Amino acid sequence: MQGYIYPNEFELHWGLLVVLYPYITGLVAGAFILASLERVFNVKEVQPTYRLALLTALAFLLVAPLPLLAHLGHPLRSYEIFLTPNRKSAMAMFGFVYAWYLTVVLLLEIWFEYRKDLVLWARSERGPKKWLHYALTLGATDLSEEALRFDDNAGRWITIIGIPSAFLLHGYVGFIFGSVKANPWWSSVLMPVVFLFSAIVSGIALVLFIYVAASLFRSKPVDMRCADKLAAFLFYAMIVDFSLEMLDFIHRLYESEESIEILSQLIQGPLFISLIVLQVVLGTLVPLIALGVVSPALSDRGVSRTPAELRRLIYLACATLVQIGIFSIRWNVVLGGQLFSKSLRGLTVYKPLLFGTEGLLMASVLLFLPLVILWLLVKVLPPWLDAEATE
Amino acid sequence: MAGPADRVEACLQPTDEVLAGARPSDEVKAGVRPPGEREVDRREFLEQALKAGLGVPILLGVIRIQDLVAGDAGQEGYEPGEHYYGMGVDVGRCIGCGMCAQACKTENDVPLEPHYFNTWIERYVIQTDGAVVVDSPNGGMDGFPGAQSEGEIQRTFFVPKLCNHCEDAPCVQVCPVGATFTTEDGVVLVDEEYCIGCSYCIQACPYGARWFHPEKHVAAKCTFCYHRLVEGLVPACVEVCPTGARVFGEVEHRATPLARFMRLNEIQVLKPHLNTKPRVYYANLDGEVR
Repeated sequence: MQGYIYPNEFELHWGLLVVLYPYITGLVAGAFILASLERVFNVKEVQPTYRLALLTALAFLLVAPLPLLAHLGHPLRSYEIFLTPNRKSAMAMFGFVYAWYLTVVLLLEIWFEYRKDLVLWARSERGPKKWLHYALTLGATDLSEEALRFDDNAGRWITIIGIPSAFLLHGYVGFIFGSVKANPWWSSVLMPVVFLFSAIVSGIALVLFIYVAASLFRSKPVDMRCADKLAAFLFYAMIVDFSLEMLDFIHRLYESEESIEILSQLIQGPLFISLIVLQVVLGTLVPLIALGVVSPALSDRGVSRTPAELRRLIYLACATLVQIGIFSIRWNVVLGGQLFSKSLRGLTVYKPLLFGTEGLLMASVLLFLPLVILWLLVKVLPPWLDAEATE
Repeated sequence: MAGPADRVEACLQPTDEVLAGARPSDEVKAGVRPPGEREVDRREFLEQALKAGLGVPILLGVIRIQDLVAGDAGQEGYEPGEHYYGMGVDVGRCIGCGMCAQACKTENDVPLEPHYFNTWIERYVIQTDGAVVVDSPNGGMDGFPGAQSEGEIQRTFFVPKLCNHCEDAPCVQVCPVGATFTTEDGVVLVDEEYCIGCSYCIQACPYGARWFHPEKHVAAKCTFCYHRLVEGLVPACVEVCPTGARVFGEVEHRATPLARFMRLNEIQVLKPHLNTKPRVYYANLDGEVR
């Protein structure tokens, strides 16, 4: 602790779990927006990742409310958000946005996308898998041309509704922070937009990582056209994201409001490693340069031609660095906003615990859980093109 | 969901000390019997009634009605709509004795650990070179040690802080379930039976006036001693202040101590640029205070 902080500010109220929440919802929104590229904008190259992106979004969305619940003082009262929401509260809308996104967008879209395969799998399989797949069809086993056309149309319309919903889901998370006028580190009109683009970055990076890693793991060839396209999209999204963050930074610096002094102390002090080193240098600049050089984002075959094997590894490394960078962004926003006093006269420290509901262990479990769910989902609903059922 | 009256009721929780009648102000409340005495009366009454051979169900009904009447006796005639409260703080009068912070902790059962305060006192030491040093050891509860300053001291003063009971309170705005609310008489309260403990209100308060109750796991804050207000008493911090640095009363009525305080002083509020419209009004406030 240095300088003066209000006596009630010694305790940080939002810890690691609240860092996870925007990180995870960001991955959901990003993965979904990637999926919609194929569906709505007909980007054929990324088709191999379409279903994977949807399942990834679902796996992470199922976990998204858990860190929030675990952090509440009275988790058993959380249903009150649905029953008696305070309509003026940004946070009260979470339940509704979440429920809308989960049921109307993701579950429906996945169902329409998989229905045909579910029917065919159920017909050709035996044992419990047959019944599971049959149950998932919800009894809708009509595979006539008309029915399939309906599936396709419905899927497209849901995606069209889904894109603004994904924007809403994560932009809204940004609004929860950006609308806190008491906190000069959070209070920014750009916050929802920055959150959104960083979400897209993190979602693309995650799907790229899972796709390449899973292909290697399954000993299947990586479709390099797809990986290259994903890497190019990642590059563009990162450019937009980084520009927005720089805009926010320059704007603050130029306006130099009364909080500027304590915020610069914050950046040079407790946030130096997580903001300058992890977020900006390792999480943004290094992958940006690497992707700019090897991916076909800037020129058709990449600025420097690299063999596919090497490119794959570079993509994996970049995707990992981007995840570290995005996690750092969430860390810097959520914790950074609590490391200085609202008296603007002092800084405090955050010491992560190992155990307990707000501890590192719990956070690791919550980060690992979506991957387990995704593994299960992939078992039940194989997203690979080679697994698609043929009549 | 509980009605507004029930929720205010839930916030009226005088502590053991209060119930034990350990305050000088209790003398004012002549005619209100301590609760222990009422227990004994009821028992005696029961015994007598049983002796008289009355049916038990009828009896319980009688007792319950009596209980209700007795329970409401203290707040009888209190009309929230007739009041609109605020507090005046004269920075020039505060001597940093910490009595207010102590009284608050006792009166409101605030944990004694250092980092939970409904009210606290800050000391500002302003040096001739313009440097400002602020401190609040243990919230100023134990007074202040002599000012240690590296430079030459130009001026120094104490500033009592508390919830500003803002008219447009950000904490009320952000509470997802409406557990934090503003009463008709202008006091911002937390319904601790209803708070889900998300801490959003703590983040939204620009004044650091809220804290998280370590045992109840809900947000907590200054209530202007609401349980005292409905009894016609002033908040504990106001009552104990030896210099009259705190003035409590009606904001809108003309002939009240607070109205007079606001007429006779140049009034400022904390962080006016945030437009929260605080109802704690400061006189002789230095521009360095935030």
